[in-house]
Amino acid sequence: MASALPPYASAGQRAWFYSFRVICGLIFFFLIFPVLIIIPLSFNAEDFFTFTPKMLALDPEGYSLKHYRDFFTNPDWQSAMWNSFSIAPVATLFATAFGTLAAIGLSQSNMPFRSAVMALLISPMIVPLIISAAGMYFFYSRIGLQGTYMGVVLAHAALGTPFVIITVTATLVGFDQSLVRAAANLGADPVTTFFKVQMPLILPGVVSGALFAFITSFDEVVVVLFLGSAAQKTLPWQMFTGLREQISPTILAVATLLVAISIALLTTLELLRRRSERLRGMTPG
Amino acid sequence: MTDTAETSPVLTTRDGVPLKVSIARATRRQKLRAFLLVTPLLLFILITFTAPIADMLYRSVENDIVSETLPETVVALEVWDEGSGEIPNEDVFAALARDLKIAAEEKTHTRLGSRLNYENPGMSSLFRKTGRRVKRMDEGNYTEQFIDIDEDWGTPKTWQVIKQFSSPVTAGYFLAAVDAERTPEDGLGFKESDERIYLFLFWRTMLLSVTITVMCILLGYPIAFLLSNLPMRTSNLLMILVLLPFWTSLLVRTSAWKVLLQQQGVINDTLVWVGLVADDSRLQLINNQTGTVIAMTHILLPFMILPLFSVMKTISPTYMRAAKSMGASDWYAFWRVYFPQTVPGIGAGSILVFILSIGYYITPELVGGTSGIFISNRIAYHISSSLNWGLAAALGVILLTVVLVLYWLYDRIVGIDNVKLG
Repeated sequence: MASALPPYASAGQRAWFYSFRVICGLIFFFLIFPVLIIIPLSFNAEDFFTFTPKMLALDPEGYSLKHYRDFFTNPDWQSAMWNSFSIAPVATLFATAFGTLAAIGLSQSNMPFRSAVMALLISPMIVPLIISAAGMYFFYSRIGLQGTYMGVVLAHAALGTPFVIITVTATLVGFDQSLVRAAANLGADPVTTFFKVQMPLILPGVVSGALFAFITSFDEVVVVLFLGSAAQKTLPWQMFTGLREQISPTILAVATLLVAISIALLTTLELLRRRSERLRGMTPG
Repeated sequence: MTDTAETSPVLTTRDGVPLKVSIARATRRQKLRAFLLVTPLLLFILITFTAPIADMLYRSVENDIVSETLPETVVALEVWDEGSGEIPNEDVFAALARDLKIAAEEKTHTRLGSRLNYENPGMSSLFRKTGRRVKRMDEGNYTEQFIDIDEDWGTPKTWQVIKQFSSPVTAGYFLAAVDAERTPEDGLGFKESDERIYLFLFWRTMLLSVTITVMCILLGYPIAFLLSNLPMRTSNLLMILVLLPFWTSLLVRTSAWKVLLQQQGVINDTLVWVGLVADDSRLQLINNQTGTVIAMTHILLPFMILPLFSVMKTISPTYMRAAKSMGASDWYAFWRVYFPQTVPGIGAGSILVFILSIGYYITPELVGGTSGIFISNRIAYHISSSLNWGLAAALGVILLTVVLVLYWLYDRIVGIDNVKLG
């Protein structure tokens, strides 16, 4: 019905077949249009949020890089970018290190209280961000972490760990435990076994978990809005303020750069997924 | 064979330890090792995440401010009957004078005043005014002196409020969060219907979340159906169109909608150009509920498509063919054979979208205006603007409970282990 029209299809079936495709096309358009439209708009030579007649006429004068220039020279945006890039990698490191260890523990057949522990460790992903942010704001101000770099890093690391656990656990499902026993049998101690046998095999899962953790921290705005002080103003925070107060077209340039980052991440993840499946002897699909 | 069993009734390992003991020991060691691997993260999450949530639960009922600031008054008030309609006796006023002198020196009376102001407007200025003049009070006859400062001290209502909130734990924030209040007859009642802001806000959050979920089902179902029935190469290619928005920063998508939906934005411009809308009556698409629903449907749609797709992928096309070969029409075969098998996917996607939707903050804040905001926006307001943290915590606890119940349902229907990413 969906893949191809049989030669004996009636007129009604034909009509439905094509109108279904048109409907799906419209929905795909709805999905992708808002993401793509900001790219040409960000090259606008005027401070407008819509296409100018010059742009529609494809006149080169209608386009310019001035919003990008503003992004790379404006101190507000530059410090925001710097903050984002100094918070996200550290949070990712915490989340990946703790998350990978925990995932290995959780995948062992005789892990006690597995489902309860799993539920607790996944909870930062389930609890609405506004509630996490509120709780962290109350608690971190008690212990003096509110408004500090470390406070934001710890909070982002906590939010990122569930993604690491999920991706690493998924790679470990196909992991052959007899490899570990074989290594031990040949005289390797557990640490060597881990780094020489287990790690290379689960590495794609660990890296994609780390990417998820990175993007969680990099995109996160609610928690940092409450926990951070002006010195931790990140890129999403700056965008949020920009959108709420005086919306400037520089935001479109930033958004375009972020879309480029997402495309790069998506491609990396897809390549990692294929590699992981090949390592585990599955056919990529 | 019976011989061996008699001579060695217990199997042992080579070093003479019974096998059972040896296995138990090894298993215990393995269990311990598995647990030790999880421990660092467990501790990390307990400190950085679980403790804050517990702190929020505590804050939603915590109320030691009255008993801490006015310790002697609270003790003296115990014998006063708040139903009597009379003000307390001189002892209580004397205790209040002593307490307030200390409080005014430590400047804690204003904090108490603003706390009690949530319960009874006017308390804040009452305490500020009294705190300024309590230092110059003479010995004796405190009742008169206090009433002289402000006649509110002569009304039983003031004292009822102080006594009501003198216990260290209060349900007051939760009552306020569901628009209820204590009535003077010691009962519970809802506020006047025009003052019920929170129930209304909870209701609107639910209603808009349901609308968004339904929109996601309507838009997501055809896409998931198409993707699961196309050849793998084409469907992988089209999947990018679903995954790219999914991976794009939330703020990028929100700013895109903010730009598109403006009155001078691309959508209105196009509609005017096509001639569907007159230039002077451009559509109001943003800063209202329409804006919230459109932007959030777009943001949450991938969360509906992905679970639906993974369910539809497992449905064999032979069922539909079998139904049709036995004379079912296209529609009948779909509705009676295919659709029932996709219901688990719809359930999983709907709960996921709904859970995510009721806790959303950023998008409603930016495109919702005043009519399209959610309960989360009110929580944020109480944390950063009105500083009524107790009420924010109580609202948060209610929202959290709703989410956890839904999450439990999700776990029952889908299982948390089946969560997949991308």
